[in-house]
This record gives sequence, structure tokens and C-alpha cells, in this order.
Amino acid sequence: MSLPKLLVRGALAWSTRITAGLLGFLLAGCQARVLDPQGPVGVAERMILLNALAIMLCIVVPLIVAVLGFAWWFRTGNPKARRLPEWSFSGQIEIVTWSVPLMAIMFLGGIAWFGSHELDPGKPLSSEKKPLDVQVVSLDWKWLFILPDQKVASINSLVVPVGTPVRFALTSASVMNAFFIPRLGSMIYTMNGMVQKLNLQADHEGTYDGLSSHFSGDGFPGMHFTVRAVPQAEFDAWVEAARGSGPALDENAYTSLARQSMNVPAATFRDVAADLFDRIATQQIPPGPGPDQTDPQSKISPKAGG
Amino acid sequence: MSSASTFAAPESNGQKSRSGGDPYQLGRDAGRDDGSTGRGSGGPAPKRIVVGYGFWIFILSDIIMFAAFFAAFAVLKDATAGGPSGMQLFDRRNVGVETVCLLLSSYTCGMASLAMLRKNQLWFHVAMLATAVLGAMFLGLEFKEFADLVSRGAGPSRSAFLSAFFTLVGCHGLHVTCGLLWLLTMMAQVFAKGFRDDILRRTMCFTLFWHALDIVWVGVFTVVYLMGVTT
Amino acid sequence: MLGRLTLAAIPLDQPIPLIAAALVGLVLLAVMAWIVFAGHLPYLWREWITSVDHKRVGIMYTLLALVMLLRGFSDAILMRSQQALAYQAPGYLPPEHYDQIFSAHGTLMIFFVAMPFMIGLMNFVLPLQLGVRDVAFPTLNSVSFWLTATGALLVNISLVVGEFARTGWLPYPPLSETAYSPGVGVDYYLWSLQISGVGTLMSGINLVTTILKMRAPGMTYLRMPMFCWTALASNLLIVAAFPILTATLAMLILDRYLGFHFFTNEAGGNVMMFNNLIWAWGHPEVYILILPAFGIFSEVISTFSEKPLFGYRSMVMATMAICLLAFMVWLHHFFTMGAGGDVNAVFGVATMIIAVPTGVKVFNWLFTMYGGRIRLDTPMLWAIGFVVTFTIGGMTGVMLAIPPADFVLHNSLFLVAHFHNVIIGGVLFGGFAGYTFWFPKAFGFRLHEGWGKAAFWCWIVGFYVAFMPLYLLGLMGMTRRMQHYDDPTWHPWLIVAAVGAAIILAGIICQVVQLFVSIRQRASLRDETGDPWNGRSLEWSTASPPPAFNFAVLPEVHGEEPYWGIKQRAHEQQHLDNTPDYEPIDMPRNSPTGFVCAFFATLVGFALIWYMWWLAIVGLLGAYATFVVFAWRNRVEDVIPAETVARIDQANRRARARALETLEVAS
Repeated sequence: MSLPKLLVRGALAWSTRITAGLLGFLLAGCQARVLDPQGPVGVAERMILLNALAIMLCIVVPLIVAVLGFAWWFRTGNPKARRLPEWSFSGQIEIVTWSVPLMAIMFLGGIAWFGSHELDPGKPLSSEKKPLDVQVVSLDWKWLFILPDQKVASINSLVVPVGTPVRFALTSASVMNAFFIPRLGSMIYTMNGMVQKLNLQADHEGTYDGLSSHFSGDGFPGMHFTVRAVPQAEFDAWVEAARGSGPALDENAYTSLARQSMNVPAATFRDVAADLFDRIATQQIPPGPGPDQTDPQSKISPKAGG
Repeated sequence: MSSASTFAAPESNGQKSRSGGDPYQLGRDAGRDDGSTGRGSGGPAPKRIVVGYGFWIFILSDIIMFAAFFAAFAVLKDATAGGPSGMQLFDRRNVGVETVCLLLSSYTCGMASLAMLRKNQLWFHVAMLATAVLGAMFLGLEFKEFADLVSRGAGPSRSAFLSAFFTLVGCHGLHVTCGLLWLLTMMAQVFAKGFRDDILRRTMCFTLFWHALDIVWVGVFTVVYLMGVTT
Repeated sequence: MLGRLTLAAIPLDQPIPLIAAALVGLVLLAVMAWIVFAGHLPYLWREWITSVDHKRVGIMYTLLALVMLLRGFSDAILMRSQQALAYQAPGYLPPEHYDQIFSAHGTLMIFFVAMPFMIGLMNFVLPLQLGVRDVAFPTLNSVSFWLTATGALLVNISLVVGEFARTGWLPYPPLSETAYSPGVGVDYYLWSLQISGVGTLMSGINLVTTILKMRAPGMTYLRMPMFCWTALASNLLIVAAFPILTATLAMLILDRYLGFHFFTNEAGGNVMMFNNLIWAWGHPEVYILILPAFGIFSEVISTFSEKPLFGYRSMVMATMAICLLAFMVWLHHFFTMGAGGDVNAVFGVATMIIAVPTGVKVFNWLFTMYGGRIRLDTPMLWAIGFVVTFTIGGMTGVMLAIPPADFVLHNSLFLVAHFHNVIIGGVLFGGFAGYTFWFPKAFGFRLHEGWGKAAFWCWIVGFYVAFMPLYLLGLMGMTRRMQHYDDPTWHPWLIVAAVGAAIILAGIICQVVQLFVSIRQRASLRDETGDPWNGRSLEWSTASPPPAFNFAVLPEVHGEEPYWGIKQRAHEQQHLDNTPDYEPIDMPRNSPTGFVCAFFATLVGFALIWYMWWLAIVGLLGAYATFVVFAWRNRVEDVIPAETVARIDQANRRARARALETLEVAS
């Protein structure tokens, strides 16, 4: 196959691929959780994302077309092409090449500036309803959710009332993780000895997947949870039910929970020690233990004593 | 055609017309030979310059490494984890003597390089030996300080603050140790081979290194022992 | 005696690394046996292992990068196939193995593929373009290379002895602390990077000094080829950034080995400090890799458009602006740490500002093509593929630089797709373009065009098939480093991505075949003139391969495209300039210092990983002794007599005179 044919084919392949990609974006909307947010934070973030994409596509698409076009038009074999073998400077073009990216970036920079203040994870959401407090502890390798006002806790599952802001306080029992519910918006790191703040809200009823989005060790891929956004009455009923079942979560129970375990099923605790979260966050309860090298099942190399 | 000889004519034809639309010489062909030197016009620099220049760049990179340890110290200064703070630990008298030793050693090191320029073996060795003794005294005092801290339960594992302290000061001490080894090697080399050109260049690099350690020490003294003990 | 090393350290329960390592070992043994029995060992020792010639060192760097690319890519194949299989299933790689693979993949690709690829090309090309005979410190150059090779060796030893880190390519504490990673994996990571980092730093110092102090007469800063400028920027970044890496890794080493508390959970350690320090190195690192690639593309696009680079000074300004801005944006790697609106906003905007000089570069390449006479040879195809791909990668990069957008994209496969988009589409394509472009200069014959084009098409198609789905998966909420997953909507896209990896594999096979075919057909691919692409800078004025001394007489530079000027003039005058007066040339003597030093460094590294303290001390003493022996040499240079110089240069002149004649006959 001759080179020009190859190039045409390549150019066609590219343009179709790009179009298909864009179409894919739209078609996949129902699965693309980030582009299908269910709360105000996620909606705002999606808008920023799409705005930025649209602005940049205005420059990027013509640029790519021009690159492919120039490469094709000025090929050696084209007798119609104008040749300027010594042309290497044009003040007007230089002004354009510096100012076009500059203006685009000024515009995007504005979006970034306002966006990062407006959508700062620690900023409370405006709402008439009193926010629900949720304390989150990332453990190896599961999520512990404590509802301090309701005095119940759960593992790997969270139930929140729909339309109510949720005020998260997050820490880690051991290594770093990131707390992320793609359909609700912002993720945030969890770190031992520190408390992070995050405000989210679910506007629609439903079950949303949550996961750790920062690698934290062997059990990391199983470290996901579900968030159920339910009407207030159902939430109250859930709290009642949780209060009536399951074990209590005191410091001893927590210490055994903090040992490493993978793919942990969801569970609830009927009662939670009042200051448990604060004691974890201020390291009064020591950080969770790592792997046990003396265990014959240990996958660590070398094994201790070996 | 040969690489070099073909440059007989100063201007090549293909490049004249280009600067027409470019009054401020922003485009290509603006680097016309303006006869000035020092910007590469003269060809490769002599070896002494190249070696010294390269070593300066190494020193700069080394200072950046120290900057990272300084930054860690600044971040962790108050992370005493319930253990002792700098105010309770540091003995400024000891540190004062250390500083004097090191500054004096820089002076004797300068004397050594003067002796080297005059190719005076005797004075070179005397000055280098004095530098080595002063350096060793500095190290001895530092070691004493470290041993004292460890014996008081204030070792590097006690708290993040002490980790940062031992690392920053210890890293400087490690540099001085390497410097001492280098110094003795250079003395042996000068003794065995005399003031050969490459040995002169190496000794020049050594003196640069030794003075740089002095400068870093001034930083350590200020940040750790002066600013570090204020609350 | 052996520290914590026992037979149990050999992972007999993990067949994949063992078999792979056994195969590699067999191939290596076979190659070594062939070298020894065919009698090539003295040649190899004399001409390559102990060589301090920048061209040889550069070629060895590039070879190391290409071999490590095979290793890193096989990790990629394992990862893509695991994720294609691991939908509601454990796949075939257990987590403890999968975690090592993605950590090793990142570590190898950045430190032992991209870095040596770029450093190798810079090493080979810079002195030739600057019109000088070697780098500033030739023996140090060899030490740098061999220390880098030591690092690569240690990473690969971890396949069969012990394990590699399971923490990702940047070992974020506290996961990488002894409490959560008690094995030797992180120690392998730390020591191999410390040792190769020393090599990289010395290489950076060497090349900065070379560019700033060793240029042909008349080569002012603003006459340097663009590649020299980008190499200068890149090496300045190495000098300024790598010490931070050394310090950071040293702190982690102290935590792990001596119970310090820099980054631990306990006793006041500060995890966030690690993130700041590692990215204060890590972000400049990105530009250390991409800037030389920018330079290569500038050379390639200008040469194959038969035009000077458009907006040269603009390009210089843009390069240096990127060099400076590289240090002001590190925080964008952890917007999600909760630093607050002001901090995030400042770093977000700073990050976007980098897009301005980068955008200017892309426009300048575009206008370099305008009005050109574009030859679509393989290097130019890589360049065009780069501009298109890199533009897309840059766009997604700016998206990630907006903090609120990053809050939903961070650590997702969108991020993975973005940095592969710029590293494959930028650095690797740049490396391949430079490899094809300068191969004839290095070996005297071209690479086979057909196989090269096939490789290009496989790579670019494979790239899009493999990574566009990852963008989508990121938007679907899939995070990186998942050993298995339960989401049915992710599965089809991960299969597509695996197909893409297979297409890239075809591209790599094409490249291997290309090399073999080119060597077999080297007679017909021979480059007689030393100027196969109608080049514009000084490296094309000397023979292919260049003699050890590069230039018989140092060229005198009077313009920005010195060799283009020479050719114009020769064409007008219809003959070459007069024969110069040849003089004897002093060249640095070869020295085994680098190799021996690296041998001891390997001992030290291995000993420290396995707690064999005595061996570490032996290794350190050995390295010191090596330097003393080197310093004690009496003869440091070999003299090449004027007659030899004349004979070699006359051959070059004859070839060029013939070329000139054919040119005149043709016109």
C-alpha cells in the first residue's frame, strides 16, 4: 500500500475514532457515573468538566485537523503546494500562538479559581435541613461508618436520608485511602491522625457505589461499599433496626475490627462508644496493625523467622 | 566534505533574507555573530574551568538535597511526640566549639590551596593536615553530642523532631566524613604524584566542597541551634 | 552471614515470575556463552564495557531502555489481561503478585525505560550537535550509565529473590513503612532508585556542564539546535530535582532501617510531607522526560519539512518557561488531600499556565510544517502521531488541573489514560523518532522503513484502542490498581483495552523484526554520506558512524543551522572547502571504573536489601578503592596521531564529494 493511502486511511481512522469516542461519551452517559451525578456537588463538578472540555475542544480539534492537513498538503509529492523553504518567523503568527492558549487558560483558570473555592470539600452545603453527621474510618480493608447522633455504626454500607446534606468527617485507622462515591461527587484522602472534611448530598433515591480510590494494599480492590439514599422515614426505620441488632462497637470490638481482612460483608453495630472516632483520629487508639509476618499464610517475602 | 574546514566563508547564502520581516530578531537567524566572547564564541572552555564549573553544579545539587532535609526539619520541628524539644536538649557551648573548628578548618583549607598554587609541598601538607585535624575535632564533638543525646533517651527514634534533627545534622556530618576521606586521599596523591594538572583540579574541587560544607553548617547552626531552640 | 536471605526468598509458589526469569536468564546465559566462545569478550570489554566515548555510552543507555521496555511491557500485558479476566473472578494473578506487577511496571517504565532512553539520546547527540569531541566528564558518564544499569538489575533480581514493592511506583507511606510492608519489596525499590538516582544526577551535571561550557567556536546559546536547548532545560531539572528524590528516599530508608519517624503514623511522623517532597521531585521529572522529546520532534519536524524551525526564539522561551514552571505545580498531584480552596486554586491555575508554552510549541511545529516539503519517513510519522496524541493528552491534563474536576477524576483510570497519553504519545514516540532518526548516525546504516512504518501504525492504533477506553472507565468511576472488580459495565471496555495492548505488542514485534532485518540488510541500507536525511545540524557533517574524535577539526559556527549553511555553500561553489591542517587529538582513555564501581554498587544494594552488613561494607570499600585506582592512573589520555585523523577525515570528505557530484548531475 502506498504511503498516501496509508495516511488517508490513518487520518480517517483517527477522525472516526475521535467521533466515536465523543459519541461513546454520550451513549455511555447512563453508565458513566461521573457524568450522571445524583447530588449538587457532582452536578457542579460535571458542569465544570464539560465546560472545560468544550472550551479546549474549540482549540484542539482545529489544531489536530490542521496538523494532519498540513502534513498531507505539504507532502513532497504535491505539486500544488506552496513551498517556503526559508520561512521561519512571523510576528503576527507568534502573537496568535501565544495569545490563543493564554486566553483559553485565563478563561479556564477563572473556572478553576472559582470552582475550587465553591466546591471545596470542606465547605458546608447550603440547605434548610440540618446536615447529617457521618464519621468515616478507613480500615484495612473496609469502611467503618459511624453516625454519632444516632449512635449506630455500619461496615461497608451507608444509609443516608435523601435531600439532606451529609457532613463527613474522615480519618484512617492505618494507611492512606481515598473515600469516593462517584455519583455524588468529590473524593478525599483519609489519613491516620488527621480528620478530613467532606460535604455531599444525594438528591435522588437510589443505591450508589462507593469505593476506595487510593491504593492501600492487597485487600484494596474489595474495599467498596454501598450508599443507599432513602426517604427520611425509611432512614429513621433503618436506624431503629440497626439499634436493635448486631454487636456493640466499643474499643475492643474496634481493635479486632482493625486487623487486616478482605472482602468484608456489610454489617451494623447497635451501639457505638461516644468518643470512638475522636480517639481514633487523635491516635489514642493506636493505628491498626499491618500484616503478620509470622503467619505461615503470609504472602510477605521474606517470612519472619524463615 | 569535512566538518570544519568548510566554514571558510563567514556568511552562508541561505540565511540572509530571513530577518527582513523580523525587526526585533525574534525568529530564527537572530543569533548573528556579534563578536562578543563568553557565550560560546570561543569554543570549549579549558579543562580547569569545565571541571570547576561542573563541580559547582554538583555543590548546588547537594545544597538542594540539604534544602529538603532543612524543609523536613522545619516541618517536624514541633513534632516532639511528648519527648524533649530542642530547647531542652541542645548544648550551645559544644556547638560553638564545633563551629569554631569548622570555620578554622576552612581557613586552613584556604591556606592549603594557596600553598598548592605556589606548588609548595611542605606548606600544602601542613595546611591540609591542620584542616584534617580540625575536621576530625568537629566530627568528634558532633559524635559526642549525638552519643549524649542517645544516652539521655533522645535518640532519632524518639520523635519525628529528633529524626529530622539527627538526619539533617548527621547528613552534614556524613559529608564532613567523606570530605576527610577525600582530603587524606588528596594528600596521599600530592605526596605520591606531586602537583600534576589533574591533581590540582581535584584539589580545587575538594576545597570548593570543604567551603560549601562550611556554608551548609552556617545554615544548620542558624536553623537548628539558634532558631530551633526558640519557641 | 546472609542476613535475612534464605532459600524461602525464592518464590517457588509463583510460577509466572520464575518461568519468566528463567527464560530471561537462559537467554542471557546463551548470549554470554556466545560472546565468550565466539571470542567477542575482549572486544566487548575493550570497546563497550570500558568505553568512555559518549556515543557508546549513549548507545548502551538506549539499549538498556529498549530491553527494559520489553520487561515493563510484559508487566503491562499481565495487567491488562488480568483486568480483562478479573470480572467477578480472581483472575490468574493473586493480589500480592498483581500489586508487585503494577509497581514494577511504573518504576521500570519511568526510571529504566523513559529516563535511559532520553539520557541515551542526549548523550549520543549533544556533543555531536554542539560540535565537540565528548561530554565534559567522560569517565563519570560511564559511571552514570553503569549505576543506572545496577538499579535496573536490582529491580529484576527482585523477580526471583524476594519480592518487589507492592505500593505503587511511588511508595506512599505509611503503606511503605515497615509496619505495613515488612517485606523486602520496598527495600528493593528504595536501593535500586537510590543507586540509579546517583547515576542520573551525575549524568545531569555532566550534560549541563557540557552544554554550558563545551560548544564549538561560534556556537552561541541562540545558535544551539533546539534539542540542545530542551536537553539543557531537562538536565537543569535533573540537577535541581533529583537531590530531592535522594533526600526523600533517604528519609524513608531511615524510617525503615533505623526506626526514624519521618513518615510513620507514630511519634509525630508526617505523611503529607512525603507527598509534598516526592512530588516536588516527581512533577519536574515529568518535564525531565518530555522536554528532550520536544527537542527531538523539533529536529525531526524541521528536517523532514526541509525548513528551519518556526519561531526558534519563541521555542527557546517556551522551553525555559516550562523548565521554571515545572517546580511550581507539584501540589496538583494531591488536590484531594483537603488543602483548602486557596491552595488548590493557586496550584490549579499554575498548572494550567504550563499549557501556554506547551501550546506555543505545538503551534510552532504546525507552522514549521507550513510551506515545507514534507517527507513522510518513519521519524516524521512518529512526530505527526505525537502532535495529535500529545494534544489530546494535554487537553485531558488541563481537565485534571481544575481542582473540582480532579475531585472526581483523581486516581481513576482517566488519570491513568492521561499520563499514558502524554508519556507514550510524548516521551516514547519521541524516543522512537529519535531512535530511527539517529540510528544511521550511530551505526552507519538506516533502519528498515517498511517495518518501521508497520511498527508506527501498530503502536498508534494500539495506543488509542488501549487507552481511550480507560478515559471512559475513569468517567465510569473505575479507580486504578484494581486486582479484581464486580462491575459488569467495566468489563467490555477492559477487554477492548487488552486488545489494544495486543496491538501494541504487534508494534513491538515489528520493531524487533525491524532491527534484525536492518542488520541483515545493512549493506543495502548503508549510509555513505553521513547525512541520510538531508540534515541541518552539525551531527550530520561527520561520518556515520562518527570517528571516536567526532570532528577532525572543531567546526566553526557562523549561523543557526551550521551544516545546512555548509551544504548551501558547497552547492554554490560546487566544491568542498579546502583540506584543513590536521593535528593530533587527545582522547580520554577507556576505563573500567564505571563497570567495577557498578559491580560494587550492586553488592552494596543487594547487601543492604537483605541486611548483610559486612557485604555492604566490603562493597563500599571496593567502590572507594576503584576511585583511588582511577585517580592514581598516570596516563589519562590517548593521542590519535595526525595521520590517522587525516586518513579518517579524507574518507569522509571523499564520500561527501561524491554526494556533491551526484547532486550536481541530478540538478
